[in-house]
Amino acid sequence: MFDVDNINEIWQTIARNKTRSLLTAFGVFWGIFILVILLACGNGFNNGLNSQIEGFATNSTFIFPSETTEAYKGYQKGRYWQLDMSDIEAIKQKIKGVDMVSPISSKWTFDGENNVFYGTKGANFSMKGVLPNYNEIDRGKILYGRYINETDIVEARKVCVIGKKVYEDVIGIDKNPLGLMIKANGIYYQVIGVVQAYNSQVNISGSMNETVILPLTTMQKAYNTGDKFDFMMFTTARGSKTKEVQEEVKVLLRERHDISPTDEGAVMSFDFEQLFTMFEYLFIGIKILIWIVGIGTLLSGVVGVSNIMLVTIKERTREIGVRRALGAKPSIIIRQVMAESLLLTILAGIVGLVIGVAIMAVVAGIKGNVPSENVMFIDPQIGFGAAISATVIIVLSGLLAGVLPATRAIQIKAIDAIREE
Amino acid sequence: MIKLENINKTYFGAQPLHVLKGINLNVEEGELVSIMGASGSGKSTLLNIIGILDNYDEGDYYLAGKLVKNLSENQAAEFRNKLIGFIFQSFNLIPFKTALENVALPLFYQGVGRKKRNAMAMEYLERFGLKGWAEHYPNELSGGQKQRVSIARALVTSPKLILADEPTGALDSKTSAEVMQILREVNATGITMVIVTHERGIANLTRKIVHLKDGLIESIEENDPDKMDFTKEIK
Repeated sequence: MFDVDNINEIWQTIARNKTRSLLTAFGVFWGIFILVILLACGNGFNNGLNSQIEGFATNSTFIFPSETTEAYKGYQKGRYWQLDMSDIEAIKQKIKGVDMVSPISSKWTFDGENNVFYGTKGANFSMKGVLPNYNEIDRGKILYGRYINETDIVEARKVCVIGKKVYEDVIGIDKNPLGLMIKANGIYYQVIGVVQAYNSQVNISGSMNETVILPLTTMQKAYNTGDKFDFMMFTTARGSKTKEVQEEVKVLLRERHDISPTDEGAVMSFDFEQLFTMFEYLFIGIKILIWIVGIGTLLSGVVGVSNIMLVTIKERTREIGVRRALGAKPSIIIRQVMAESLLLTILAGIVGLVIGVAIMAVVAGIKGNVPSENVMFIDPQIGFGAAISATVIIVLSGLLAGVLPATRAIQIKAIDAIREE
Repeated sequence: MIKLENINKTYFGAQPLHVLKGINLNVEEGELVSIMGASGSGKSTLLNIIGILDNYDEGDYYLAGKLVKNLSENQAAEFRNKLIGFIFQSFNLIPFKTALENVALPLFYQGVGRKKRNAMAMEYLERFGLKGWAEHYPNELSGGQKQRVSIARALVTSPKLILADEPTGALDSKTSAEVMQILREVNATGITMVIVTHERGIANLTRKIVHLKDGLIESIEENDPDKMDFTKEIK
């Protein structure tokens, strides 16, 4: 279809009307360009949102106790109750839909006084006591050393994993933090690791970067809380519905702590899965919108090409008639018109694709130089797959644009053209 | 070469127009025939049918021994391409192609390679004294040159039949004479030629003059063009 002769033939007809061809091509160029920009921005937005929740188990639920709101079994309403380790065991044993359950204790200092020191250097940070499995729910990037392990828990070792900011502010990045002793709320702990949050938006009791993480047992000992803790996280096992499992957990907890079965206020929960599902639908919605707008823009470009080519065919009636008289078969005429439309569309489309990708690469480059915390727009580029789809779409639109003009062209008979007016 | 038997043609419009009412005509190989007739006599329709540009309703048309009837578009295109060369009153050169490309075009549709095509086209241009104009576009050529290019284009496929529709209609008398001279020379090489004209002077330069009137052949006149004085015939 595209040997030298054909290219010449096509090029001659396209080049004959440079301005018109250019304007026509612009429609397709613009369609593809907009599609690429939109897709890239959509990806950037998507990446941005995803980065906000990176490292966080999306099937997790947060459970925390609150005052009871109903009197029950001789207890008055307005009673405070606390979770304890036997709750964890009970949940593990009785509720099949729970995959992992992780108790958490936390200490906040609201007065802003410095509570964490290395030597004389101090700063204000929150503290959190966890089990090793917490790192699977709210995962951090280990920069130095290791996370809390089982032995730390069993022996209630006085060790800690510190957030990146704790390390920077209290110890200083010029020092190896491992093995150093830091003082937190008056007690010395040995630093065994440094973690960095993958994301900065989903926080359980303070940003991971600004937390001193202790083994849960150590924390319980230091603050004399026995086997009690402040709240817990659990993840839903594969195949179970978070909503149902969450309800089961609540029912169990009410039963275990003498809370009225109808007391909705006493056991509070937050279902992250629901939130993330909402995000997902949001992405899907955005994507659909992008494709509709992009394809719509492209389609108007295609209609433009088709329209202009119809006019061109009309103008070329005589020429096409002469070609027919000289022995051009209908297939040759169809091929030529289709090829013209294809060439025009493909050239314009590729230019649109390349310029769109180039511009977004520049934008991504600029964004890349900006510190990436709290950004909602990351790496706004289209993937290889999307580029391939765009190319396929370009070719298809070229063919689509050519169909009507080609049908019109073969309706021209040699005699119509040659008949003297 | 051409055998027409009872050809009928009606144009169906608001008012059906019976243009050809039974044409019987034989043209032998190598003949030089002109078709004359007043406007509306059906001469152009007849030429279109002979050139397989138009179909006919009744009768039979044999071209080079083959029946030309109810051909598909593809077959018709192939017949035209291989057997017939066309020369038009308004030249019908493709404006954005050079003289050389115009002449080479029928060969392109035959699938002849570019080099060979251009070489053959150049040969024909040279034959008509247009070698120096090969790279020029039609709008840079004079009427006579254009018609010579279109003759070259008609001949480049070595057709058996040349059909000329008022070939001198758009030319002045001097150029007309030149073009007629060329056509006669082409005919002398053995190619059958049918010329439609309404100019008696042009018809007088052919051996056989077919007079058409109201869709019927009125008379066929034998003629000896060698007795004619060119410059006097073409005013």
